[in-house]
Amino acid sequence: MTRNPRSLTRKILLPVLLLASLGSTAALNLDPGKSRVSATFRQMNVPVEGLFTQVSGQIVFDASKPEASTAGIQITTAGFDLGAEDYNAEVRKKEWFDSKTFPQATFVSTGFKPLGGDRYQASGQLTIKGKVQNITVPVAVKREAAATLFSGVLPVSRKAFGIGDAGWNEVVDDTVQVNFRLVQPH
Amino acid sequence: MNQPRYTHTAVALHWLLAVMLATAFALGSYMTDLKLSPAKLQYYSWHKWLGMTVLAFALLRLAWRLTHRPPPLPSSTPRWQVLAAASGHWALYFLMLAIPLSGWAFSSAAGYPVVYLGIWQLPDWVPKDKALAEQMQDAHEWLTTLLWVVVAVHISAALKHQFIDRDGLLGRMWFARKGS
Repeated sequence: MTRNPRSLTRKILLPVLLLASLGSTAALNLDPGKSRVSATFRQMNVPVEGLFTQVSGQIVFDASKPEASTAGIQITTAGFDLGAEDYNAEVRKKEWFDSKTFPQATFVSTGFKPLGGDRYQASGQLTIKGKVQNITVPVAVKREAAATLFSGVLPVSRKAFGIGDAGWNEVVDDTVQVNFRLVQPH
Repeated sequence: MNQPRYTHTAVALHWLLAVMLATAFALGSYMTDLKLSPAKLQYYSWHKWLGMTVLAFALLRLAWRLTHRPPPLPSSTPRWQVLAAASGHWALYFLMLAIPLSGWAFSSAAGYPVVYLGIWQLPDWVPKDKALAEQMQDAHEWLTTLLWVVVAVHISAALKHQFIDRDGLLGRMWFARKGS
């Protein structure tokens, strides 16, 4: 009985290679359960915090070559939780995130610049509601035993992304502080 | 008939608090059933600002009452009326303080600090806690119902004295005319 080497490749080698490559990509993935991205803002000058419950992403960070680091974060806009269903339903509407049309907000970084110590400046494109803005954000990178933590605060203007309307702008501040603490298991 | 009356300070505080309480109640009843909108958030804030103002003026009212004895009731007043009046008035003092305090606690427990006039963030004296928020909401609403029951009796009693007894007692809670 002769064994066909090509069938061996297909049946054994390819699956093994696929699994191996998945394994190496998985090492770059953020832990969505442990990562936390929230937005704080003021309405009638009362502080409010909402949590983005569905966050995913991949970060390739090399401390020895930060400028070669890349990051891709995806946030499901319908997953924004302000603690009450009528608020959450409001934020999914056309005036706000328009979640039906724009299900995801994304950040794609093309480089980290060292700022000294554990701080880096990440620059990239923030896309929300179909609008793209080039932004920079200071990030603190902390390598722990089981994971690397990427944290910082990014002020975002609602107006720049067409989020909210004239009526809401009378009671809600334009600036939203996006607080992030991303956990990337090793 | 020249009768003793409350001080001008007491009279002013009495009517000012009556107007503020009625306004806060009207706003509170109207705003809770509204669909979420920018206006709803404004009404909630205005209601809380008014409530905190009521608290401040109620404390002033209480301080004035404790330091300035009200004019005595006529000696012919039946004892049950003296007791009923005192109970009603102290109930009103209690409610004028308990209602804004429960509202403030409700707001804090629900996770929304009270920012007076949109400028001064008042301290949260209770923690953010969903169960506590529900309890404070119930307390706030029940105490308000109780307030209007006591106020209804308060107003009825005043009208009884004015139109049935015709003893001019109502005039005690108004400003003195010049020369009297």
